[in-house]
Formats: sequence, structure tokens, C-alpha cells
Amino acid sequence: MSGTAASNRIVRVASGQGFWGDWLDAPRRQVEGGPVDYLMLDYLAEVTMSILQKQKERDPAMGYARDFIGAMESVLPAVVERGVRVVANAGGVNPTACAQAVLEVARQRGAAGKLKVGVVTGDDLLPRLDELIAGGHPLANMETGEPLDVVRDRVLSANAYIGSTPIVEALARGANVVVTGRSTDTALTMAPLRHEFGWASDDWDRLAAGIIAGHIIECGAQCSGGNCLYDWRNIPDLANVGYPIVEARADGTFVVAKHPGTGGRISVPSVTEQLVYEMGDPRSYITPDVVADFTSIRLAPDGEDRVRVFGITGRPATDKLKVSIAYRAGFKAVGSLVYAWPDALEKAKAADRVLRERLDAMGLRFDQLLTEFVGVSAAHGPLAISSGEAPEVQWRIGVRSSDRKAVERFTREIAPLVLNGPPTVTGFAGGRPKVEEIVAYWPALVDKSVVRTDVEILG
Amino acid sequence: MKVRLVDIAHARSGDKGDTANVGVIALRPEWYGIIAESLTLDRVAAHFAGVIDGGVERFELPNLNALNFLLHGALDGGGTLSLKTDAQGKVFSTAMLRMVLDVDDARARTLALPAAPA
Repeated sequence: MSGTAASNRIVRVASGQGFWGDWLDAPRRQVEGGPVDYLMLDYLAEVTMSILQKQKERDPAMGYARDFIGAMESVLPAVVERGVRVVANAGGVNPTACAQAVLEVARQRGAAGKLKVGVVTGDDLLPRLDELIAGGHPLANMETGEPLDVVRDRVLSANAYIGSTPIVEALARGANVVVTGRSTDTALTMAPLRHEFGWASDDWDRLAAGIIAGHIIECGAQCSGGNCLYDWRNIPDLANVGYPIVEARADGTFVVAKHPGTGGRISVPSVTEQLVYEMGDPRSYITPDVVADFTSIRLAPDGEDRVRVFGITGRPATDKLKVSIAYRAGFKAVGSLVYAWPDALEKAKAADRVLRERLDAMGLRFDQLLTEFVGVSAAHGPLAISSGEAPEVQWRIGVRSSDRKAVERFTREIAPLVLNGPPTVTGFAGGRPKVEEIVAYWPALVDKSVVRTDVEILG
Repeated sequence: MKVRLVDIAHARSGDKGDTANVGVIALRPEWYGIIAESLTLDRVAAHFAGVIDGGVERFELPNLNALNFLLHGALDGGGTLSLKTDAQGKVFSTAMLRMVLDVDDARARTLALPAAPA
């Protein structure tokens, strides 16, 4: 291949899942709708790991995102016959079991021996917590500064956010499918680009470009017309919304595009909305691979439903990794009733006073009680300006407490108000609110040097 | 002249723990300057007084004609702790766009800014 041909080579990474619970049809549509080289599937949110940890405690063969197995089934022909490669953080707290489930699907579909599944492990720090704390790693909460010792006995899961390097290794060793635990969302896009273009681990500008490509597509259709405020009425055919595809070049420039004939819209405004989503300091978007500078990004239209991204710069990565820790943090429940015209808001407020008086009289202890009036001020609170009388109002009240009994008693105090509270009330058919155990999030940092990742190829 | 932010900008918001972030993007590049001048730290903090418990941080992205704000203590503890309908700060975007700006008449005409409805 000549130098020019090499530098013009395009690698296509398609996003097929923006979170666990996203559109089941998207992965298949991405591999069938046009050319793609890689399919990237992001399954993990902040508290997902703790849910998976609980599942693994009940059944040691579980603990990964089950949706991924269905997704693999739907894209298997493209992977086996056309060489599309899949990178997903669906492994949760049990990447090996996840990989075995993928291989089992392949076997059932007559593709035994045609699939190599790379498994990335080492992010799970739960078995090592005491060793780490004893070794001088306090895993202090990044927001409050408290050491992890404060909640140590309530910790459910602890995972380091790992970068692209072990995924690149798995791809280099021939994996068609790479399954990770808590890798960063952005690494899922970055790793295929590093693998294809051979970007060095200190090529900061190109690595930053890979991260920003990942940030743009990691939330699926949220950059291609979904949840897009700009000109939302005129965004076409969201029923068939096209999920985004990054068309990347070796120099770190890329185009955000989608398959022809799909709905939604990719424009400078739609991509900009996604760029600012969940952003902190734009000059320092810190990842395990690189610190990316969002103030360097340039966007330009590149034809219909295409945006070109260029100019990106980055700085050396830090020597820390972020750790996502989940711990038990008490109980909560939320109840609601609907009050109808006339005087809907006044009635809802009266109901709230009655309930609070009863809870007080019983001496129940809550860490927090929160009332919202849906239809009036739940979204914007005191900033909402009422433009006339609400035809109906949903009264919504939540409580939080370390005392499970107090929360349980609260759940029995909503329905009685239907007969012994303010009038014209409905919306109680759902029954008593459920008591939920709260699994809270504890972000911390740890020295990179103490986290050792491992790559295994199965199949 | 009164100008509604919702008529000259779009926005998206999200969460990190108990902090909501709001990115505000000019609808036209030439409107970025007036938005950046008007949305000072103090002005935004005053707008969200009584809505959030913590401080505000402000960042500029002139390359995207955008500003980014971090609103601390915005989400009743955030994540799974929060009892709010909007526990993840998804609709702080348009709460920000409720702001109304005072713009010098001549400048508003030069920039073709839409006037707020009377």
C-alpha cells in the first residue's frame, strides 16, 4: 500500500448501544445498514457494576450484561462472515462468563471455532480492597475527601476504569469480539483506532482524537438526533433513527456519520450537544489514556448528516485511575397520587401537609423527605413559571432513611389519603410504593501502577 | 431590549454525582459573544439560587460557541441517593434557558437578536 493510500484509509467504528437498556435493534441495524469495521457497545453506567455484583452473588455464572448475548446473536452473521469486530464493556463483574456465553451462542448457531473472544480482566478491585487500603491507598471519595474506611463494610463492588491498552492487545491477538469489565466508555472506540492505525501510547493528539470520537458516539443516538433540543420538531424519522458511526483516518481526523436511509440527524448542533454532555473542565477531559482538550475541537459540516471533526489536541495521561465503588446506603421509596381540577395544586399541597403531619406523629426518622408537584415544578422547581391553573397535578413524595422500617411504614401511608385526604384524587392503581435498597456511588482515585490488567483469548 | 436565552441558544445537561453540568450553545456563531458576556458566574449563580445547594463553575468553549457550567449540589445527593424526578440533571438544560438577558438596543439590532415577547 502506498503512503497516500495508507493515510487515506478509513476505519469505521459504529455505536450500537449507549447504555444497558438501549434499543435492542440498534446493533443489528448498524452492521446491516452499510459498511462498518467495528461495532462498539457501551453497557455500563455508574451503578451498573453493583447490580451485576449482586447478580453474581446469587449465581456465580452471572454478573454481566445479558442484553449483550442477544445483541451478539443478532450480529453474529456479520461478525463471522464479514469480519466485523465487536468491542463491548458488557463483561461487568464477570467478563469470562460473558465471553463463554458468547461462545455458546456461536456454537448453537453453527459458528463453533469461528469466533475468538478476547477477555480483559483486572479492573475488579473488590478482592483487593483491604490489601490496597493497608498498602496506603485510602481510596478517598473524590467529592467529599472521606477515606473508604467510612463505608468499607458496606462496599458491594469496586472497579478501576481501565483504558484502551488491553483492548488493543486483544485485537492484536486476533479477537473478533472483545469483552471487558469496567473499561471507560471512550476506550471502546479508541482501541480499534489505535489497533488499526498503530498510534503510539504517547501520541497525545491522536489519542485525544480517539477519546473525543468515543465521547461523541458512546451515548448512541444522542449525537444523531435523539434527545436533541436544536430544531427538534424537524428532526426526521426518529422511529428509524440512525446510530452514529465514526469514519476515522490515521491522522486523527474523523467524520461522524450514519447509514443512508436512516432517521435522525447529524449536524454541527447535534454533535455539539453531545460534546457538552456530562462535561467537566473542557480543557482537561481526563482518561486513563490521555487528557483530552475539548477547547481544541473543530467541527465542520461535511455533507448531509455528516460532521467533520479535526484540530484535536491532548496532553499526557495522569498516573492515576478512577475507581468506581458502590456501597449500600440505606433505603428509599417514592409514592404519588394525582389530583384533578379544580384547585389541583392546592389539594396536592394539602395532601402533602396531611401526610407529613402523620409521619411526624409516628416519630419516623428520615434522612430526607422530598415533595414534587409533577406538572408544575418537578422539572424546574422555583424557576418554573405557572401560566394559569394546572388541570391536574401529580403529587410525588419520596423518603430516604437508614431505617428500613421507617421507609416501609411510609409506603403504607399514601393509599389511605385516597379516602381520608383531600378530594378528586386518583392515580393509585400501582399499589404501594416499593422499598428500594440504595446502592450509592463512591468515586475514588488509585495509582495506575497497582492495577494490573490481563488479556485472555477464548474460543 | 429583553432577549430570552431560549431564543438564542440551545443546551444539554447531564450529571456527575451531585453535580449537574449544563452546556449552553449559541444558535448562531455571532451570538456567542453576547451569551458569554451575559452568562457570568454571578448571574448564573443568582438564577439557580434556591434550586441548587452548592457553588457554580464556568468554562468557555469559543471553538464550539459554547459555555459549560457545573452546578454543584444540584441533585439531592445525585445518582441513586436522589429522590428527585430529575435525579440525573437531564432537564437543567432548559432551566438555564429560562434566563432573560438585557441587551443594549443598538447592539441587539446589529446582531439581529429576537426580542422577548412582551
